[in-house]
Amino acid sequence: MLLPLLEPDEERVFEAARPPRFVARSESALADSDLAQGEVLVLACGALAREVLAVIELNGWQNVTVRCLPAKLHSRPERIAPAVDAKLADIAGRYERVFVAYADCGTGGALDEVLDRHGVERLPGDHCYGFLTGNAAWEHLHDAEPATFYLTDFLARHFDAIVVRGLGLDRHPELLSQYFGNYRRLLYLAQTDDDDLRVRARAAAERLGLEYEERRTGYGDLVPSLTRFVEAPAAA
Amino acid sequence: MADDTLDLKTLTDDELVAQMHDDLYDGLADEIVEGTEILLERGWGADKVLNDALVEGMRIVGIDFRDGILFVPEVLLAANAMKAGMAILRPLLAETGAERVGTVVIGTVKGDIHDIGKNLVAMMLEGAGFEVHDLGINNPVENYLAALEEYEPDILGMSALLTTTMPYMKVVIDTLKEKGIREDYIVLVGGAPLNEDFGKAVGADAYCRDAAVAAETAQALVMARRAAATA
Repeated sequence: MLLPLLEPDEERVFEAARPPRFVARSESALADSDLAQGEVLVLACGALAREVLAVIELNGWQNVTVRCLPAKLHSRPERIAPAVDAKLADIAGRYERVFVAYADCGTGGALDEVLDRHGVERLPGDHCYGFLTGNAAWEHLHDAEPATFYLTDFLARHFDAIVVRGLGLDRHPELLSQYFGNYRRLLYLAQTDDDDLRVRARAAAERLGLEYEERRTGYGDLVPSLTRFVEAPAAA
Repeated sequence: MADDTLDLKTLTDDELVAQMHDDLYDGLADEIVEGTEILLERGWGADKVLNDALVEGMRIVGIDFRDGILFVPEVLLAANAMKAGMAILRPLLAETGAERVGTVVIGTVKGDIHDIGKNLVAMMLEGAGFEVHDLGINNPVENYLAALEEYEPDILGMSALLTTTMPYMKVVIDTLKEKGIREDYIVLVGGAPLNEDFGKAVGADAYCRDAAVAAETAQALVMARRAAATA
């Protein structure tokens, strides 16, 4: 299965699955006339694009379009709720049902206020580490070692862009201890069995001066959440 | 490059202070140290150097951070430059015995090891004339209670970066209520996922969206409390 790789600042649409699967377009290239009525939409964090598309592919869902907001919002949580709000307003009425593939993601409830207003549901929990691990399991992990820096597949793949350049460590390596001095370990939450990502995650831990651990999570709560939503009977 | 050869000693006081604002903005710690020493040599009081050159410069940095012009790395560099200047001024301020605006106990809550924002707030509070006792990270309620008893502060400040840890602020405030000491302190809360509604919901006196606001709020609430006490 060939799934797309999104850059952290990319905003993309993967149209509902008529062959060929997952026709990717830039958001700006998608005219109103292209939008299919009656389809289900998953509005996702770009950092989850591959995972969401994989779950759709594995289940063979033919009626799901995926729109991705830029993954770099992961590092600017205060911008997530406004961005989702704007996108939901933009696509209002164009899809039969909409699901938001974000957790709270550091918005402190601001995202839920937006979703309540639009009548849209989201993934359970506080962040992607939680629902990918399983929220209860993640809480146990975090309680056991709060000084943990987490990577997912996406963050391992884009560690340099999101973490190193995003925090300015390429320009100011002297800030490393201020950012990561309180962390003890890096825990790579692996969605896939990928040696290249494992190597990247290990290198990230080394660069940050942290102990390395990994745990295979698969797609966690993403699977039951999307399944329940997509396979729910349409409202009469 | 012209800036590399700028002799700070040739500048007038006003020019030097403006230059220090620029240097702080650019995170140039060595230049801030030099500028601080020059102003002291010219007979400036440590408190005037602190307020006019460092705190005002950091206030400008804070505004541009709030407006999305500066980002976290630049703010950290500016803070490091300010710390370098404050390291010179701190003993001088202690010598003069200048009366403190008030006392603050501050710390990141249990389960949370993030302290960048909390450290900025502590620095700005110190710059605003507060005696600051920083409890560091991952503080259970017992740490806050012990520090409140030991330092008898005017203000308790709590910080959290995670949605999962910010509810612990309510645990601390509820414990203060249970012990009947909540009203003895001004409680300020802050952190990226917080907002004003959350501050109200957990029973804080104020939510502070950034370090500059925290310093302003702390000053205003301490003054208001003292005015009310003497009325």
